[in-house]
Amino acid sequence: MPEPTPGQTIGPFYGFALPYAGGPDLVPADHPDAIRLGGRVLDGAGDPVPDALLELWQTGSDGRPVQEPGSLRRTADGPFTGWGRVETDPEGRWAFTTLRPGTVYWALTVFARGLLDGLRTRIYLPEHTDDPFLATLPPDRAATIVAAAVEGGYAFDVRLQGEGETVFLTERPHVGRGATSAARGLETADE
Amino acid sequence: MGTTGTPPGVGSSVVTPTTDSPSAPAAPVGLSSQAEVSAEIAAQARARTAATPQPRLDYPAYRSSLLRHPTKAPVPVDPEGVELWAPAFGERDLDPAEADLTASATGGEPIGERMVVTGRVTDGEGRPVRRQLVEVWQANAAGRYAHGRDQHPAPLDPHFTGSGRALTDDDGRYAFTTIKPGPYPWRNHDNAWRPAHIHFSLFGHDFTQRLITQMYFPGDPLFDLDPILQSVTDPAARARLVATYDHDVTSPEWSTGYRWDIVLTGPRRTVTEDPDA
Repeated sequence: MPEPTPGQTIGPFYGFALPYAGGPDLVPADHPDAIRLGGRVLDGAGDPVPDALLELWQTGSDGRPVQEPGSLRRTADGPFTGWGRVETDPEGRWAFTTLRPGTVYWALTVFARGLLDGLRTRIYLPEHTDDPFLATLPPDRAATIVAAAVEGGYAFDVRLQGEGETVFLTERPHVGRGATSAARGLETADE
Repeated sequence: MGTTGTPPGVGSSVVTPTTDSPSAPAAPVGLSSQAEVSAEIAAQARARTAATPQPRLDYPAYRSSLLRHPTKAPVPVDPEGVELWAPAFGERDLDPAEADLTASATGGEPIGERMVVTGRVTDGEGRPVRRQLVEVWQANAAGRYAHGRDQHPAPLDPHFTGSGRALTDDDGRYAFTTIKPGPYPWRNHDNAWRPAHIHFSLFGHDFTQRLITQMYFPGDPLFDLDPILQSVTDPAARARLVATYDHDVTSPEWSTGYRWDIVLTGPRRTVTEDPDA
């Protein structure tokens, strides 16, 4: 079995390579069902993270995964691809223009300078807090991955560390995957 | 002292400055010395309890990680639905010419050692990741990024931007033509230098295989000194970040060649699952 390639930080200088025009706009702002999903990325001191890159991945309104290319060159009449990318601004703010997923959450990936590997989480729609996975979390932790309904869309902050630290996810260990939480040096983190 | 107690890096040999070395210059106030950072790296290596392929997120020798690593363990979850799929990219997303980083919009040739880097992207079971997006970015031959916040006083190259994109083929292969990047200084600690590297961004078969990483060059003397590479505390895993010089990839009278294969792990949907099913 081939062994996994380790991750490394995205570093500070991805800005000329990864972000692109249209990346944050999964649908045009004038799409009849367009909503805005946005917030901030904050560090352990509560300060904004101005050099994070976020990627959103979601179903269409019908709840099915999308397999349409075209995310990197969006056109007004192009297909909904279900994927977008946005970098934070100097105040740590980010926003996507997109659709409500047909399922209960958006999938989100977080990269940043200072973060040695990417992090994954889910952004739950606020009307789906009865989700079975959320029910397995303490209420204060579950609340960190539920969006707030706001005018025109939803608000969601990513807190990398400290008070209100976002719940990040790892797939359950299985054959060929060695990156359990204990092995990553986090075994005493809750103590 | 010297490198005593420091685990082997990846095929490199270097004299690590020590705190009591009379020849080590004093670090500016507020910045650690390389010797102090190297001691932290060695302590982290000794404290390693399990062979894990991934970097430690809590790795204080990389100062920028101090306030940016989660302190709570990631919560295990069974991936489902959209997480079992990766976004699709195709011919409409990019131009094949984007795989040649030496083809400058200016029409001029970048300065540096022309090289080809190629390899295969597979999943944890060895299956090729087909028709999927690979993005790269890097410094120029002088160790300078075409990025406004890079203040390294090395020359910019008007003929080199240093970013590229490609799709893997049906066997999972990618190939970029570029120039070899230079090492560059950074402000993690006094006299801190990054080994030469190319940043890689990869998508797999499903969303959980998404990976951003860095490819290094064999024999770089900076390996042992670099807290970002050393945050992968398993030497075998660290070695997988280093490309291999491959003379079969080298072209006569044209370019040197490196091979670097990438393995993306994570759960994989069964092959029978279909979004339209």
